[in-house]
Amino acid sequence: MENALEIFIGSILDHNIALAYILGMCPLIAISTNVRNAKGMGLAVVFVVTLTGIINYPIYLLLQRVGVEWLNLLVFIITIAATVQFLEMFIDKFFPRLYNSFGLFLPLITVNCVVLGVSLFFVNRSYNFVQTAAFSFGSGIGWMLAIILLAGVREKMAKKSDIPRGLAGKGITFIVLGILALAVIGFTGLASIQ
Amino acid sequence: MKKLIRMRYTKWFNVSRDGLSRNNPIVIGVLGICSALAITNRVDNALAMGAAVTFVIMGSSLIVSLIRSFIPTRVRMITYMVIIAGLVIIVQFFLQAYFPQLYRSLGAYVGLIITNCIVMGRAEAFAVKNPVKYTFFDSLANGIGYTYILVLIAAVREVLAFGTLLNYQVLPDSFPTWQVMAIAPGGFFVLGILIWIIRDLTKNYDEEATA
Repeated sequence: MENALEIFIGSILDHNIALAYILGMCPLIAISTNVRNAKGMGLAVVFVVTLTGIINYPIYLLLQRVGVEWLNLLVFIITIAATVQFLEMFIDKFFPRLYNSFGLFLPLITVNCVVLGVSLFFVNRSYNFVQTAAFSFGSGIGWMLAIILLAGVREKMAKKSDIPRGLAGKGITFIVLGILALAVIGFTGLASIQ
Repeated sequence: MKKLIRMRYTKWFNVSRDGLSRNNPIVIGVLGICSALAITNRVDNALAMGAAVTFVIMGSSLIVSLIRSFIPTRVRMITYMVIIAGLVIIVQFFLQAYFPQLYRSLGAYVGLIITNCIVMGRAEAFAVKNPVKYTFFDSLANGIGYTYILVLIAAVREVLAFGTLLNYQVLPDSFPTWQVMAIAPGGFFVLGILIWIIRDLTKNYDEEATA
């Protein structure tokens, strides 16, 4: 159990899925122009990553039992697409207010590599169920942290700073991400994952 | 007749130029960044990744283009997904069998080619609307455009981080290696600066941001 806690904290800070493993960059850059949208996208990712991690784990065990674990890519991507579709309908029906805040971002998540990445990482690291759940939830929170921090910096930067023309937009976003990634490395050694 | 030949010439020429430089998927489109940064701390990894992605882009685009009139619009996304996943599984088996060393160092990022936005993007934006011959040039140009940027980033990072290039020592031992270039922040900095240089050279600025 304490190992699961370590994995949870580690996957938020020093093994942050966005800043240390560089996953989920496309939405991270596209949707981080203001904090409001970043929050919505972050929440949606936390939901989907946690859910698909928990669903994919028993499915992987089943594939292993049958002896076709090389099919995992295909099966995972289908599970993810189905989960996202289902979650969208469910939230739309029962929590319309929540749907307004992040429902728009849900379909985008199917091709977010964080979701598939988490499922592939738990296979590579042979986690047990509790560890997988902790890792999935932690990775979701870590990604949300990264996108909100980035959006905060970009929002301030858009108003005040004088950026060279060629660097404006995408270029400066990568420099900011680099600095954020350096900050995350400051936590190295806090928790040992693997 | 002469006019027809000219038109055809410009179409495939334009399509290739778009992928290679004018609309380069990484530098201008900013797509497929995850794999572009996570594995580019060594040139051989970058070459392997580039070749794998080129194969998957070409395979999926050509298949989509061939069967484009049979794909129902409503389920086209899932169709692309299944085609791409099948190709990625082939790549995985190939690397595992012939290059086990590379396969281990690329790790989960081989599987993540599925969610590489470039592959999906070319299928959706080009292959599904165009005949096979143009799709061939488009996917080849995008694959090569992706690969050479990867190799460029990897060359800078490998030299600074390990003092080597393709595992040959190129800098003297006294050179203090930059640890940061081997890990994530180095990738972000190198790509940011590369985008700056290319946008300034081509005068192709981000209008949205500068307006």
